This record gives sequence, structure tokens and C-alpha cells, in this order.
Amino acid sequence: MTDASATPTPSEAPAQEPQQDSAEPIERKSFLSWLSVGWIAFAAATGGFFTMMGRFMFPNVLFEPPQSFTIGFPDDFQIGVVDERFKDSRGIWVVRSYDGLYALSTVCTHLGCTPNWLITDNKFKCPCHGSGFRKSGINFEGPAPRPLERYKVTLTEDGQVFVDKSVKFQYEKGQWDLPGAILKV
Amino acid sequence: MADNERKSLGSRITGSMIWTSIFRTPFPTTRSERLKSILNNVFLHLHPAKLSRHAVKLKYTWCMGGLSFYLFIVLTISGILLMFYYRPTVEYAYTDIVDLSEQVPMGIMREIHRWTAHMMVITVLLHMFRVFMTGSYKPPREFNWVVGVLLLTLTLFLSFTGYLLPWDQLAIWAITVGTNMARATPFLGHEGPGAALLAIGDINLVTMSSDVRFALLGGRFVGESALLRFYVLHCVALPFIIMIMMSVHFWRIRRDGNISGPL
Repeated sequence: MTDASATPTPSEAPAQEPQQDSAEPIERKSFLSWLSVGWIAFAAATGGFFTMMGRFMFPNVLFEPPQSFTIGFPDDFQIGVVDERFKDSRGIWVVRSYDGLYALSTVCTHLGCTPNWLITDNKFKCPCHGSGFRKSGINFEGPAPRPLERYKVTLTEDGQVFVDKSVKFQYEKGQWDLPGAILKV
Repeated sequence: MADNERKSLGSRITGSMIWTSIFRTPFPTTRSERLKSILNNVFLHLHPAKLSRHAVKLKYTWCMGGLSFYLFIVLTISGILLMFYYRPTVEYAYTDIVDLSEQVPMGIMREIHRWTAHMMVITVLLHMFRVFMTGSYKPPREFNWVVGVLLLTLTLFLSFTGYLLPWDQLAIWAITVGTNMARATPFLGHEGPGAALLAIGDINLVTMSSDVRFALLGGRFVGESALLRFYVLHCVALPFIIMIMMSVHFWRIRRDGNISGPL
């Protein structure tokens, strides 16, 4: 390290001096500040890229069925019948009782499987772990901890039933009495 | 005469430019040459340069770590072969799996992959059990224990992501149930503790469309994008991470006092 520059040959010595004069010497302090600017810029760019990576995983458009839709006129649904027409396409059972019409979620409240409507047993039965629900959605057997959820049902201006799955009503929170949980028709 | 010719042929090969450029050291005959040949090989240098007689006893190590690595290699090779036929779309995934066992020659390849995956989970767990019972997690090996725990979770996550790919009823519902647990992740899952705290006014930041479960599924339920994400995780992302972690694991064995055995 030190011994390398200890004995400059006469031919090298004059060549070094003009170099030092022409190039402006970078002082230690300014070099460090430029270095820190560089590192901060690099860290910011890297952090920005990691933020992009996180946002990249959440697309703006989902190719999933819409969360709110009309399902027809109230008279299309018979009293006392569990309507399974929208089970596969929309993920709801439409039930009309003497009290009114409600939309039950087809997601089991235990671990999220889809129960089956067993018309002879008059109950919803989940194939995964055996949870059972009444026609109202109240759980009565198996590991399900709470009743099926209901979705918001309203009438459109032309008298059709409109279901909004982004609003849900949970029995155990006393929400089934709220407006929208059941459609009085 | 014939012996001489054979010798000269052998030495002609080992003395050739190709041979010496690949193997920098001549065939090791002494102890130091053997050490050097291990250190000069990219594959062998991760492994300890020398082992004590005690350390390689089967009844002590059970060879479960080595078997786990062997099974990982089998899984990598059979998995790459499966990728030539399997298409991760809702339309084709299930029928491609059926074709793999019924139409493709050597239809057992998918079963090899599946059974090897089951076996790897077992061997990794047994390896962990052995390390625990022999006290091999103690300092200076405590960091390698942590790396090992990460490798266990990665193994389980590889199993989990592979489970969806057949796209049959069992797969779809198992992943539905499994990913529903991610709803309860603290802060990151929309039904988890602390998620309600992450809100600006009335607007929740962690919702069904922005939580960790959504990032995993690419949607609000198990569908087309979930299949694709699990496929990419299973075939590229997780093997990439586990290979890095395995390299660290093997290297640390060498650095932290050689394989097994008391220090």
C-alpha cells in the first residue's frame, strides 16, 4: 500500500503533478454528501419498487360475478320454498316466508364450504363438516358457530328484487331486524 | 505393454486441458489434497470438508436431513416433467391431471410427485424431531434451527399450494377452508384482530378486497386467478426461496460445528 508509491521513478513523477492540478480535487466532505445522496436515492427507488410489488398483487379489475344484481319480481318466488336458481351463479338462496323475502349466503359459517339444501330434511347441510341450518339460516347442528348471513334485499323502481351482497346482516349481532335484511312483500 | 497403454490413456484424459480446466486439483491422495478438492467444488464446498466417524452414524442422524434433500431433488425433477403437460386454467387443469395418469407414458409420474411430497413432509418433521432429541439446536447452532423452521414452513406451504393444482372438489374446498383462516391474520386479514384499527375515518383499509387472503387468491374466492397464483407460487416462487434457504442451511452446518454430534 505505502511502499508502492514510496519510490516514484523520475519518468512518472512529472506526469502525476499536472493531473492533480487540472482535475479539481473532490474534498472528503462533499464526496460523502454526494455518496449519501446517492444511497438515499437508491434506497428510495428500492422502497418504491417494493411498494409497486405490493400494489401489483391487487388488480384493479376482477373477473368475478358482480356483487349487486336483480333477481326478478317478488311473485317469481313461492312462499315456503328455498329458491336454488341463484346458488351457483350468485351464491345466494332466496327464501320467501310469510314474513317476507330474504337472501341467504351460501357460505357455511364454519369454514366456508357451500352447504346443500336438503328438501326432504327441510335443512341446509354442509358436506365438509356436517353443519346444519334451518330454512331461516339459524344453525342447529354441527360445528358452525353462527347462523348463515343474509344479504341486503330491496325493491327497484320497477318492482324487481335487488340484492346487494356487499351489505350483510348477521343474526348474532341482532341485524336481522334492520331494514334491508328482509323484504316485506 | 497393454497395461502401459491403458495407463497412458487414463493419464491422457486426466492430463488433458478439458479435464484439468474442470477439476483444478489432481485426484486427491493425501488428506490436504482431499480437503482442497472438496473446497474447490461448488457442490461439495457447501458440505463440511471432513466428517467425524461418530457424526455419520445412521442411528444417530437417521439421515433425515439428507433424505429430505434427496426427496426435494426428486420433486424438482418430477415437477418439471409434470409442467410439460399441466395447464393451470379452470378449463384444463383437472383434465390435464387425468390425462397425466391415463394418457401420458409413464403415467406414474404424478403419483411419484405426490407421494414424494407426502414423504418429504414426514422426513422434514422427523429431521426436526431428531435435531431436537439430540440437542443439536443448541448454540452455536441456534440460527440454523431458525432457518430449519423456515424450511419446514416453506415445505408445508409448497404442499399447500400444490394441493390446489388438481382442481378437483377436494382441492377447491381444502384451499377454500385453508385460505379462510388467512382472514383472521392479525392486522393483515380483514377479520383479524387489529384490522379495524387500520382505517382512515370510516374507510377500512383492510377489507375483503385488500387483505392478505386477497393477495394470496387474487380474488375474493378460490377461482381462476387463485389457481394461477398458486401455480406460480408452487412452481417458481417458493422453490426459489427454499433453494436459497437450503443453501444457507447446509452452509451453516459447516460453519456451526459440522454435522450433528456434540461439540
